[in-house]
Amino acid sequence: MPLTAVPLVGQTTRLVEGFGRYSLLLARAFNLPRDLKLKLYLQNLRVQMVRVGVDSIPIVALATAFSGGVSAVQALYQRQDPAFPLPTSIVGTFTEEAVLLELGTLVTAFVLCGRVGARIAAELGTMRVTEQIDALEAMGVNSRSYLIVPRVLAGVLMFPVLYVIAASVGMLAGALVAWNSDAITVAAYWSGARAFFRPYSVVFGLIKSLVFGFTITSVSCYKGYYTRGGAEGVGTSTTQATVLSCVFVLLADYVCAVVLL
Amino acid sequence: MIEIRHLSKSFDGRPVLRDVSLEVREGETLAIIGRSGSGKSVLLKHFIGLLVPDAGEVRVDGERLADLPYADLRRVRRKFGVLFQGGALFDSMSALQNVEFPLRTFSDASEEEIEARAMACLEMVELPDAAHKKPAELSGGMQKRVALARAIAVEPKYILYDEPTSGLDPETSNTIDELINRLNHEINATGVVITHDIHSVLNIADRVAFIHEGRLHWTGSVADLHTTTDPELSAFVRANEYQIGSVPNPLP
Repeated sequence: MPLTAVPLVGQTTRLVEGFGRYSLLLARAFNLPRDLKLKLYLQNLRVQMVRVGVDSIPIVALATAFSGGVSAVQALYQRQDPAFPLPTSIVGTFTEEAVLLELGTLVTAFVLCGRVGARIAAELGTMRVTEQIDALEAMGVNSRSYLIVPRVLAGVLMFPVLYVIAASVGMLAGALVAWNSDAITVAAYWSGARAFFRPYSVVFGLIKSLVFGFTITSVSCYKGYYTRGGAEGVGTSTTQATVLSCVFVLLADYVCAVVLL
Repeated sequence: MIEIRHLSKSFDGRPVLRDVSLEVREGETLAIIGRSGSGKSVLLKHFIGLLVPDAGEVRVDGERLADLPYADLRRVRRKFGVLFQGGALFDSMSALQNVEFPLRTFSDASEEEIEARAMACLEMVELPDAAHKKPAELSGGMQKRVALARAIAVEPKYILYDEPTSGLDPETSNTIDELINRLNHEINATGVVITHDIHSVLNIADRVAFIHEGRLHWTGSVADLHTTTDPELSAFVRANEYQIGSVPNPLP
C-alpha cells in the first residue's frame, strides 16, 4: 500500500467507527428503560422544546426574513435583463419556490446548528467532564435515554414548527420588498406566489424539517455525550458538533431532494 | 459485601490497576489510600460498573457485575450512594432539586414526602438554608455537603466517597469527616472512602487499603497504620503528617 493511502485508511476507519458508535448510542438511548418515570421525561421534553424551538424563533425569523427579502431582490434584478423579459409575478414565484423548498429549511437548519447544536454539545460535554453523567449512571439512571431522547424528540417536534414560521416570515419579507419596489406591486407578488404554488412543496419542507431536526440534535448529543478531557474537550466537541451537523444537514438536504422531488 | 478479585485495568496500554483483590465488609468503613494517580478513583468506578475491568471481577452481594444486563446493573447501582470528587451536582438544578432527583426518579412517594425527605437530608448536612441556591452559588465545601445529602437521600446500602476532603480547608474537612461518621451510623451504611488525606482516614475509617503503583500494597486496621514498618506506606503517611502539621494519634 502506498504511504499516502495510510492516513486515508485511518480516517475512513475512524469515520466508520464513529458512525457505529453514533448508531449504537441512539439505539441504546431509544431502548427506553421499563422503569422510566414518564412524568420526568415529559417535563424534560417540555424544557427542551422551549430551548430548541421557542427560544430559537427570533433568530430563525430574522435569518429567514433576510433570506426571503434577498430572494425577492434577486428576482427583481433578474427581471431587469431586457434580453429575457419576464412578468412581474415571477418575483413572487421565485421567492415562494426558494423559501418553501430550500431556504426555509436550510437557513433554519444552519441557525439551529450554531444555536441548538452547539448548546447541546457544550451542555452534555460539561456534564461529562464534571462527572454529572457518571453521577446519573451511579444513581441507576439510564443517562443515554434521560439526556438524549428528550433533546432529539424536541428537535424533531419543533423543527417543523420553526419551518412554518420561517417560511411565513420569508414570504412576508418578499412581500415587503415588493411593497418597497417601484417595479412590482404587492398584489402581483402574491399572485405570482399563488400561481405556481404546489402543496407538495410544503410537505417536502416539513419532511426535510423532521430529518434536519433529528440530524442536528442527534449528532450534537453524540459529540457532547462522548466528550473527553476538560474545558478544551468541551470546546472541541462543541466545534465538531456544529461543523458535523452542518455537513450532515447538507448531505441530508441532497438526499431528500433526490429521493423526494 | 463487595468483592474485588484479581482486577486489572489499563488505559491506552498503560496499566493503572494490576491484580487488585480486596473486599468491603458489611457495616465497615474502608479507606483506600494512595498517591495521586495510583488508580484509587479508577478502582472506585469499578465498584459500580462505570468501568469494566480488563481482567478480574467485581461482585456486589454475590452478583458479578460483568454478567449483569444493563437493567440489572442499574438495579445494583441503586444500592450505592456516590459522593464524587467535584460533587457532580446537576448545575441546572437547585440544591434541593439535586437531592430530590434520585427520590423523584425511583420512588413513588408524593411531592410533599419527596420534598420533606430532601429537606431532612439537607438538614443532616446542615445546609437547609442553601436549598434554593444553584451549585454555582455554593462554596466547594457546601457543594460536597449537598452532594453528600444527595448520596444518602435514598438510604443506600453502600456509600462511596471519592476524595471527600480534597481541596477543602482543614476546618471544612473536619466537618465533612464528622458528617461521614454521623451519616454512616445514622443510616447504617457500608462506606468506601478514596483519599490521600491520612487525617481523614484516622477520623473515619475502620480499615485501610494502600494502593501503590496500581497494586494493593497493604491492608490493615487503622491501628495497624501506627505500627507499620512498610517503607512505602510509612513514607506516604509521613508525607501527609508533614503536610497537615499534626494528626490525631501521631504515628511513631
